[in-house]
Amino acid sequence: MSGTRRAFASVRATARLIAVKDLRIERRGRVLTNQVLPFALIVMVMFAFALDSDAVLERVAPGLVWLATLFSTLFVIARSFAVESSDGALDQLRTSGAPSAGIFLGKALALMVQLLVLVVVLVAAAVVLYRADISWQGGVLLVTTALAATCGLAAVGTLYGGLSAGAKGRETLLPLLVLPVVAPVLIGATRATESAFGTNGIAVGEGWPWLGLLVVFAVLFSVTGAIAFGSLLDE
Amino acid sequence: MAHDLPVELSDAVAVLGAFPVLAGANLTVQRGEIVLLRGPNGAGKTTLLRLCAGLIELERGRGRVLGHDLSTDRWAVRHRVGLLGHANGLYPDLTVTENVAFWGRTVGASDAEIAAALKRMALDGRLAEVQVSRLSAGQRRRTALAALVARRAELWLLDEPHAGLDAAGRDELDEVLRQAARAGATIMVASHELERAGTLATRQVEVVAGQVRDLGATS
Repeated sequence: MSGTRRAFASVRATARLIAVKDLRIERRGRVLTNQVLPFALIVMVMFAFALDSDAVLERVAPGLVWLATLFSTLFVIARSFAVESSDGALDQLRTSGAPSAGIFLGKALALMVQLLVLVVVLVAAAVVLYRADISWQGGVLLVTTALAATCGLAAVGTLYGGLSAGAKGRETLLPLLVLPVVAPVLIGATRATESAFGTNGIAVGEGWPWLGLLVVFAVLFSVTGAIAFGSLLDE
Repeated sequence: MAHDLPVELSDAVAVLGAFPVLAGANLTVQRGEIVLLRGPNGAGKTTLLRLCAGLIELERGRGRVLGHDLSTDRWAVRHRVGLLGHANGLYPDLTVTENVAFWGRTVGASDAEIAAALKRMALDGRLAEVQVSRLSAGQRRRTALAALVARRAELWLLDEPHAGLDAAGRDELDEVLRQAARAGATIMVASHELERAGTLATRQVEVVAGQVRDLGATS
């Protein structure tokens, strides 16, 4: 096996190892199901109380879904790195010799899976609470949007989660770092979801260019993260 | 590279912030030794261990760990050492086997190697499937050491390994470390428990104000 091929195989094996480990920890700890999902649903209900108008809620439902996703994402990222730093596992990861790109991709993949679950529940909540309507074509756009957006959020979250993992005041630092960077995801995912929901008569076709933005964002941060994560872990 | 010395430091300087924690340290460790690092708090013991683990930069001087240059090849050092600080580096929600297997797999250890690591630390019985969060402090330490074995660590860098253990746990840990040394591992232990660690160590060094002084072999 050539050196490059061996390096890729090592990255892939590490990514799988880390993702399985993180998802297993989540399955045992149930932080997503017992804490993050209830929080996200409460946010959705509070929005409904605050806006108190069916017409307004129908119009803003896509934005509310993605705002609730963003806020909840911060908890999932924090949890993802809390498990590494609570008993010094981060130091062990540093000295394990595992390729940092594999660590990054594995953590991002586990984060993405959790965020997808979150988005599915929040879209269902939007359908129930805000009476959002989804056609078949809209459903395809929505699924693709959710995949691209959660991939981008997971990449950014892992990158900045790693950066802030050893920092003082990381709980407050993380939102400050992450939220401004993921503004393009909020905008792109909201516009694409508006098209998927047919909000204000917007056609499904108008959502696909926004999906392009989400894909570019996800690729950019996935590649950047895979390259830069080793240096961030060292800081 | 069996002929390479585990640790060779010459006038090593390591800086934390602007403060030189190690200020021209000299140290050579032979394969199979158990070296006790003694000295007051803040003397540089932990920094010395982290330097040997390739986790902090060598600012000046020369340093080689297991044949790898600390100035240019810290990544290679990391693959071959195991650092156990005050924390155990375990995932409390995973079982003993899952933890040891995870760390073993990071270096490509086989199922047989993982099973052997568990057996060597007497963790292959009923404890194997217990979640780490339910273990005693001593059992957690043993699990962490099993992870080092599964990771094929050749140089064990232990910072206060007896902390938090009761008398039985400490005896058990000492026996595990002696066995590991007999099996070929080189061990550096930073400890304040001089009497206990002194009987464990084959050699003692004193770290004071960033300098290392060899106190010779223990009887």
